[in-house]
Amino acid sequence: MFAVAKKLREAGVLGLNERNSEFIMRLNPRSLYPRVDDKVLTKQLALDAGMPVPDLYGVITNQGEVSTFPDIVTNRESFVIKPAQGSGGDGIIVVTGRSQRKRDCYRLSSGMIVSEGEILYHLSNIVGGQYSLSGNPDKALIEYCVRFDPVFADVSYQGVPDVRVVVYRGYPAMAMVRLPTRASDGKANLHQGAVGAGIDMGTGRTLNGVLDDEVVEDHPDTGALVAGLEIPHWTFILESSAKGYEVTGLGYLGVDMVIDRDRGPLILEMNARPGLNIQIANGVGLTDRISRIDAIYNASASPGERAAVARREFQL
Amino acid sequence: MKQRYVYVLAALLTVVGLSVFLYKWQVLGFPLGADQERPVWTIESAVHFDSGPGTIKVQLHVPTLTPGFSVLNQYNVSRGYGFSLNYGSGGREAQWTIRRADGAQTVYYRISVYEDAGVDESDTIPPFPPRPVINEPLNTAVDVLVADVRERSADTSSFATELLRRLNDPSPDPNVELLLSGVASETEFVGIATTLLAAARIPARVVHGLPLSGRQRSAALVPWLEVHDGDQWLYFNPATGEQALPERFFVWWRGSEPLVSVEGGSNVRVDFAVQQTHLDAIAIAETQAAQQDSSAFDFSLYSLPIRTQAVYAVLLMIPIGALVMVVMRNIVGIDAFGTFMPVLIALAFRETKLVWGVILFTLLVALGLSIRFLLERLRLLLVPRLSAVLIVVVLLMLFISLTSHRLGMETGLSVALFPMVIIAMTIERMSVVWEERGAADAIRAGLGSLVIAVGAYIFMGIAAVEHLVFTFPELLLVVLALVVLAGRYTGYRLTELKRFKALGNG
Repeated sequence: MFAVAKKLREAGVLGLNERNSEFIMRLNPRSLYPRVDDKVLTKQLALDAGMPVPDLYGVITNQGEVSTFPDIVTNRESFVIKPAQGSGGDGIIVVTGRSQRKRDCYRLSSGMIVSEGEILYHLSNIVGGQYSLSGNPDKALIEYCVRFDPVFADVSYQGVPDVRVVVYRGYPAMAMVRLPTRASDGKANLHQGAVGAGIDMGTGRTLNGVLDDEVVEDHPDTGALVAGLEIPHWTFILESSAKGYEVTGLGYLGVDMVIDRDRGPLILEMNARPGLNIQIANGVGLTDRISRIDAIYNASASPGERAAVARREFQL
Repeated sequence: MKQRYVYVLAALLTVVGLSVFLYKWQVLGFPLGADQERPVWTIESAVHFDSGPGTIKVQLHVPTLTPGFSVLNQYNVSRGYGFSLNYGSGGREAQWTIRRADGAQTVYYRISVYEDAGVDESDTIPPFPPRPVINEPLNTAVDVLVADVRERSADTSSFATELLRRLNDPSPDPNVELLLSGVASETEFVGIATTLLAAARIPARVVHGLPLSGRQRSAALVPWLEVHDGDQWLYFNPATGEQALPERFFVWWRGSEPLVSVEGGSNVRVDFAVQQTHLDAIAIAETQAAQQDSSAFDFSLYSLPIRTQAVYAVLLMIPIGALVMVVMRNIVGIDAFGTFMPVLIALAFRETKLVWGVILFTLLVALGLSIRFLLERLRLLLVPRLSAVLIVVVLLMLFISLTSHRLGMETGLSVALFPMVIIAMTIERMSVVWEERGAADAIRAGLGSLVIAVGAYIFMGIAAVEHLVFTFPELLLVVLALVVLAGRYTGYRLTELKRFKALGNG
């Protein structure tokens, strides 16, 4: 047991306890949490900083507004509904189209058709706070549904793959791409069964993937090789993530981006408590990279400079 | 920096907690184990006499210094008498006085003591006694005997032993025979021995005590010889010269004065009765703390009303459960619903007992979950739905209680002890996780909660721990220190060792 712990320590693997006490509690002041916990606010902050985000179609802030939903999406074929304060991807519905015969029936990313009533019920659950972190009343966002870049077509099963970059004190430290599977119901969350694949920070090329804490070489549903994909707009993605530090002020930050085939990388959300599976996906521990960043930290470096440093330092 | 504060705080808490604990344990004698009892002897002396026509004054020697024993309490029983305790030449004297009394009278003095090796003879060093004035021909006999014994002894103790051997010789020499000619009682015999020791300028006195053993209707005072060797008092068996005290010898009074004197009364008789009882060690410690004027007991849980004590007996175990919780979640890494739900479930298990607790809890959550899924179809708003789950849980409890009562299983009744709000929340949380992350995750976290609850229950149910925490609540500071330390534990969780295993090999 201690031998395993020692090996992990040597490999520089970051554990939950250490992440919580050394990084989250030290670098992420609680007062800044609303900036990332409320997706409406995050979106506004990102827009103000000139970062690209998916268009917001509408926000439902209370029970009374739930009935305005049909008006919000009246001209939209596809859209995403998410709770403003949800965590871990809970409560997100991806609508990819409408039923051929009935316009008030929606087709979800899974292919299932649901009625408008079910969507309204889901919205009132969101507003009631079922998915919010504290159980408080919440807001529901209805926004642009990303049409993902074809580079991921072979390695995702429905849903939208996204790129997660862990940013430490403004420097991108590690990245992975999260690929939805049948098991994850189209969601790009690793604990829901999505595949995570590490990314070579220098080149933006994917490495092997991880599924349920195990290393995998190919996608469980499509069978395509996960490794070796080139992430488009890689430099831009790193620079945008680095900018996330200025926007949120959080020293230990996870930035989630999607790559739209028309609009390029868009900031989906940011996370004050990014998970640790990214280490398994990359096959390396975070500790070494974090101490490297501490060594070269320069408070006056611009996001672009920091992204360049990360590409240079963490190339495999 | 913060790390250092944490260590300092933890060390401080531990030191404070442990030192109060050690003080109460070692100095005040709080028992470490539950149900510890110590034998307590209650000695009652009854002075019987026939009253005369005038005022009556009764003086009785009562214990002053009691080597080997601590006094728990003492009181007198006497109707209509004035009572006072005075210091006389032979130690404390109880005094009863009354203007007028008719017929046979009895006054009682009662003292309760328990063995305490910490109490020793804390008497002053006596001066060398003056050479007693003795008339001829006894004087010559004393001189010859003392000179003879001194020849055959090395120090005070061997002098006393040799002297007693001579006095007890079955075929005594003429001098001894002469000295003992008028001796009628053992007390007088010991009196002669002290006179002889005084003639040799050795301080000595008669000590009267009761060897305590079990229950004695009428105990007799045993005279013993006490000799001071310049450093301490030594005890000699007057019948053998052996230097020893009888087992559990409780010293009543010292000196050659009579035990009791009654002015204005006749036919005086003193009876001693000994009763052995067992008293809770806590009660003894309580009395002792009161005598030492220590505030430890003013702040002890034992000074609270019994009902409140019962509440705290349970409440004080919550920190133990919380410690188990911290270890399970942060060091082992088991998933669970809610932060303290498992501890509260464990509290409920205390009432239902483990097996039934687990069965009832599982049953309740499973039933509640099915109802919750039915409610899901009705598309209720969040708060009304939670309330509906709550009401259903109450009804389910009622149903389980009634059914089990019908079937003659009284254990089912204890289902009412589950904190139903906690159960309702568990059902709600579990159903959300069930829908969002699938049945596997929900059941895993549910089982995790149950495992932690069982672990907490087991630790909270250890009788020794319960007693320790209740008697020494300051130990919770040590628990707090452990929790604070765990709060800065940055090592891996046990489950992470498995989770990141692939990285360790690479």
